[in-house]
Amino acid sequence: MLRLSLRRRRSLLPWVFLGPGLLWLVAFFAIPLINQINVSLQTGDADTGYTFNWAFSTYTTAISDYHEQFVRSIGYAATATVLDFVIAFPLAYFVAYKAGRYKNAMLLLIVLPFFMSFLLRTVAWQLILADNGWVVSRLRDVGVLGSGDRLLASRTAVIAGITYNFLPFMALPLYVSLEKIDRRLIEAATDLYANRVTAFLRVTLPLAVPGIFAGSLLTFIPACGDFINAALLGTPRQFMIGNVIQAKFLNILDYPTAAALSFILMTFILVGIFLYARLLGSRALREAAL
Amino acid sequence: MAAQHRRRGGSDRGVRNWVLGGWSALALLYLFIPVFIVILFSFNDNRGRFNFTWQSFTLKHWAHPFANPDLTAALKNSLLIAGLDTVIATALGTFMAVALVRYSFRGRGTVDMFVFLPLSTPEVVLGAALLALFLTASISTGFVTILIAHVMFTISYVVVTVKARLEGMDRHIEEAAMDLGANEWTTFRKVTLPLIAPGVGAAALLAAAISVDDYVITSFNAGQTTTFPLFIFGATRQGVPAEVNVLGSMLLLAVLVLMGLNVLLQRRLSRRDLRATQALPDAVPVPV
Repeated sequence: MLRLSLRRRRSLLPWVFLGPGLLWLVAFFAIPLINQINVSLQTGDADTGYTFNWAFSTYTTAISDYHEQFVRSIGYAATATVLDFVIAFPLAYFVAYKAGRYKNAMLLLIVLPFFMSFLLRTVAWQLILADNGWVVSRLRDVGVLGSGDRLLASRTAVIAGITYNFLPFMALPLYVSLEKIDRRLIEAATDLYANRVTAFLRVTLPLAVPGIFAGSLLTFIPACGDFINAALLGTPRQFMIGNVIQAKFLNILDYPTAAALSFILMTFILVGIFLYARLLGSRALREAAL
Repeated sequence: MAAQHRRRGGSDRGVRNWVLGGWSALALLYLFIPVFIVILFSFNDNRGRFNFTWQSFTLKHWAHPFANPDLTAALKNSLLIAGLDTVIATALGTFMAVALVRYSFRGRGTVDMFVFLPLSTPEVVLGAALLALFLTASISTGFVTILIAHVMFTISYVVVTVKARLEGMDRHIEEAAMDLGANEWTTFRKVTLPLIAPGVGAAALLAAAISVDDYVITSFNAGQTTTFPLFIFGATRQGVPAEVNVLGSMLLLAVLVLMGLNVLLQRRLSRRDLRATQALPDAVPVPV
């Protein structure tokens, strides 16, 4: 048997541990992403097959045909992210600082809905927002909705659905970063005559930046690619870029356009993360990544 | 404490706490309303195919949850895929996490970032890219390709969860084992693994939950195979049968039981090890 020196063994061992998982990720994550570029530059049709010939025009056509869905995806995802922040920050603050012995119970409550199929929960929203449902009837009674107005199949329903689906992704990172803050720093600020608002804005909020960073990315990224909410709670007029990619791939079999759209989405998100990280500082990114 | 004494206007503070608490309660209610609706309608004596309006209370769906053979087959596929995915992804991911936290080697930072990438890629991109690969390589999609896809996107969740546990752990215990003559493999098996067990348990539960519930990536790579989420989505057009609500509620119940068991197991282990202080925070798997 080959005996390796101790130093050599030490330097090989981590790669032995990493090996199988890393290979899996390279084969089924990295290579597909590269292959996707290859597919996006092919021409042909579903019947005769596609061949590679540097068809960059697919990209320009894809953008001119579907920029509306792109803009809509970004708009919906950004709105949902802001709403999630507004809903989740007080919740995370309460759990971190005020919940006392109910802290773990509240954390459990935040993650528990996750374990009921999210499709079923989205179908439940269909039922809640339905035209003949209780909510719409009450809103009509008080005059918020006219007799012809609907909640389901509207932009509001889709954004509300996205907000609902990704709320825990915002709440948990916010909680983690708030929980980590050394409370003595806040006391020091108030001891130095900062009022409570100043202490919150100048001490608590900046220290919570890693959580805000992680939470908004974990909400915004999946929300951008989401198509379930638009499919179940909206109409084709609310369709997002995910709906287009899915339909192109699975129903229309226009693989190059689908691959091009998917590649554009991915590039947009990577560039977005990079700019956002620069904006909030690389320290926040490092802490968020840990 | 000094700050505590200086704070005046106790009623002010009380009001703020009530507002904060009320807001939090509403947020939790928002999260739970659809869950309640799903459970409620599993008891609905619905007429015809649609289960959209409340009729009257019945236990008939709970009495025959497996009445629909297509649904049962879909659920079987989902559970089998989740089981296999959990074993494979947890094993591969745990080893990766150990390598990333316990060893310093050239390229560690790059691998760290690389493992994080699938988490910051929209699912629709992951699914579409993988399908494009299978098409290019003329691999027909089905059960195996679903499993491949699930392992691919759950590994990263396992790595992140186990890493968090490892980083909070005292290195000296492992060093002591090595000083006492254990080699690296023995140290890993007898010291590291038992210590990170709660984190591995939480990661496994997380992987299983994500796998059972995945629609987006699965829809791209399923071929003719149906899973539980694929069945639900397909059924939304003709009305979701109430048995789906029953099975969904059962899955939630199963997860609650598993979580409880994980907590109990940890408590027993930590009592035995007298390290109760470290063991508790991982009881609830937290999606990162």
